[in-house]
Amino acid sequence: MPTKIDKDSVTGIETTGHEWDGLKELNNPLPRWWLWVLIATVVWSFGYWVVYPAWPVPGLGHTKGVFGYSSRAAVEAEIQAAKAGQAKMLAKIAAAPVEEIARDPEMRAFSLAAGRSAFQINCSQCHGSGAAGSPGYPNLNDDDWLWGGKVADIYRTIQYGIRWTHDETRTSDMPAFLTDGMLKPNQIDDAADYVLSLSGKPADAAAATRGKAAFAEQCATCHGEDGKGNVELGAPNLTDGIWLYGGDRNSVITSIRYSRKGVMPGWADRLDAATLKELAVYVHALGGGR
Amino acid sequence: MRSAAAGDVTAGGAAGSAVPDDGRVEPVNRAATRSLYRARVKIHPRRVAGTFRSLKWAAMAALLSIYYLAPFLRWDRGPNAPGQAILVDFPNRKFYFFFIEIWPQEIYYLTGILVMMAVGLFLITSSIGRVWCGYACPQTVWTDLFIGVERLIEGDRNARMRLDAAPLSPSKLAKRALKYAIFLLISMATGGAWVLYFADAPTLIRAMAGFEAPFAAYTTFGFLTLSTFLLGGFAREQVCTYMCPYARFQAAMLDEHSLIVTYRADRGEPRGKHKKGDPWQGRGDCVDCDSCVAVCPVGIDIRDGQQLECINCGLCIDACNAVMDKVGRPRGLIAIDSLASVAARRVGASARWRPVRPRTLIYAAIWCAVGLVMLVTLVMRDDLELNVLRDRNPLFVALTDGSIRNGYTLHALNKLHAERPLILSVEGLPGARLNLLGEAAGAATAAVRVPADGLSEYKVFVTAPRAALNGGSIPIRFVARDASGAEAASRGSVFRGPER
Repeated sequence: MPTKIDKDSVTGIETTGHEWDGLKELNNPLPRWWLWVLIATVVWSFGYWVVYPAWPVPGLGHTKGVFGYSSRAAVEAEIQAAKAGQAKMLAKIAAAPVEEIARDPEMRAFSLAAGRSAFQINCSQCHGSGAAGSPGYPNLNDDDWLWGGKVADIYRTIQYGIRWTHDETRTSDMPAFLTDGMLKPNQIDDAADYVLSLSGKPADAAAATRGKAAFAEQCATCHGEDGKGNVELGAPNLTDGIWLYGGDRNSVITSIRYSRKGVMPGWADRLDAATLKELAVYVHALGGGR
Repeated sequence: MRSAAAGDVTAGGAAGSAVPDDGRVEPVNRAATRSLYRARVKIHPRRVAGTFRSLKWAAMAALLSIYYLAPFLRWDRGPNAPGQAILVDFPNRKFYFFFIEIWPQEIYYLTGILVMMAVGLFLITSSIGRVWCGYACPQTVWTDLFIGVERLIEGDRNARMRLDAAPLSPSKLAKRALKYAIFLLISMATGGAWVLYFADAPTLIRAMAGFEAPFAAYTTFGFLTLSTFLLGGFAREQVCTYMCPYARFQAAMLDEHSLIVTYRADRGEPRGKHKKGDPWQGRGDCVDCDSCVAVCPVGIDIRDGQQLECINCGLCIDACNAVMDKVGRPRGLIAIDSLASVAARRVGASARWRPVRPRTLIYAAIWCAVGLVMLVTLVMRDDLELNVLRDRNPLFVALTDGSIRNGYTLHALNKLHAERPLILSVEGLPGARLNLLGEAAGAATAAVRVPADGLSEYKVFVTAPRAALNGGSIPIRFVARDASGAEAASRGSVFRGPER
């Protein structure tokens, strides 16, 4: 506080006594309305203490306020309201056949949005967030389906899995031709060349001719005489451009020698009926669904 | 400072006479005597007649008519669109202005209009002063209307001052009640007209009367009623003097060549009382009657020179001209004039107005440029828009036959009021096939129908043989054609395949 009252020579108003490079601050009063607003907000804040949670109390946590408000309860209420809003549609989807959901514009739109969310949570770990898969985990965007690409087939796969523990699961058991002693290593190499030739990949023509006999004997049962596979058995089409475990010679040889037995979990016990159908519709709509 | 108000009251003795007697009229807002910590002293502008008053009445009549009647103008847009000429349709996010329809993504038109309004204000202010403040600003128009009502009920300046000073009596109470009732009615009409711009006017009026209108309509109505009542009935010139930022920066738009309401000090000084028959030699034309002060709606003395408070309404010119006529001197002691010409006359030079100056030229150029850009974009605006979002996860998909597929989300925006059948195709990729999600692949085009006035989203797959790809990304173009085959809209994107 200044000891001497200093008055500004121009306006005659007293200063605060502070000076910055010759500039002095006038000690003007605050506008009256401003002061009243300040006082009103202070008074208002007392009301807040009473009606809303405000002060920490040792042992009790905090004062609860007479309105009984809590932000957690508010979020809970919003979630409940959202769930209530979806309940009707979820019940309708749970009751409808999956083909009908895919046809009905309203149920389809809902399922695509819900399925996308469920896919990111449950499926993207193996199939990728864009469902593009990776070696051993099928790309769900393409038009190649080991176990069928109709929406009902996809629904069945999602429900019961592949080589899963569920009673309804679908299984195929390709022999490990080397370890099971069914083919000699040189026969396996020849068969691999034949398999590569089926899809027009570069292969040793002589070896492929030799491998044809082994293929007809050992492989055609499931993969077909022409190598086009069998969806009933989950036997992949060997004539197309899509290779789940890699289409190079070494990968094919490894597949024949030791077999491949990818496992897809069944979700029927873990997800509700509506979510399973939503996922099926979503995956079917990724672009490859038949 | 209170003495200023007391002085006003004593001037009551001069009621009606153009040249008041000794009672001085102190301007309420004289800078030299005004304290910022004083409570507001009410201004009682005296009635005045003349050119500028007539202009003000005409401007008020025109502007209020537009404001109150515009929502009721109809404009036929067909069965699928609202029939109100001017409508801000918030629920559907559209703005209708006669033949113009603005969609939310075209909000830049609003930016353009705001730029034009600001630069237009600069241009007008630098050329002919704050005429916006004096004639067109809502605050001025409604304040003028409220003062008019006040005058009708409580009488002219002196009667009003007497009434203000008088103790409460049944007749004062009745006058005040009537005045505030009319203020409230005007305010309600103002708030009521505002909400009509945001919904179908006749429907909304019926709904509001039946208490069935949306809550927002009532709160907006209430807020604008209250603000009109307070700003027009009580705050008045204080809005211009203390609240309005435009008043402050318009001062920066003025220069010595701007036409403003000017007291021609070169002619008026030295001022002094004048009795009939006294000679005019050796004195100025100003008879110091204070008429210019008494009529001023912002409570200043124009003879103190250019002032922040002056809204350039020119009522003091009307008042002064009447006095000059009476004392037999030429009109125009207070006139629309520039500071430069006053200074020129002082030294005997001829006054010349220079409307074309660098700043007015620049303002006019900016205004025209923005206006031209707006006009061109408005005229060239498409009634169909196509937007393409390319799938990035996965970037592409290899199919069993070895071909490569890319996914796109197409948004088609139809601004016509009728459904539009369109044929979608893709250009720039030999052998490309295009199919909508859920439809069989293999065709080169896909047919869609975009709803009237709406946005449609289509999931589209483009498939190309691997032989057509040279690796990396290929620029392609989605084209939407009308049934006639004419191109309606197109949008570029890229098609990606494996690098090798």
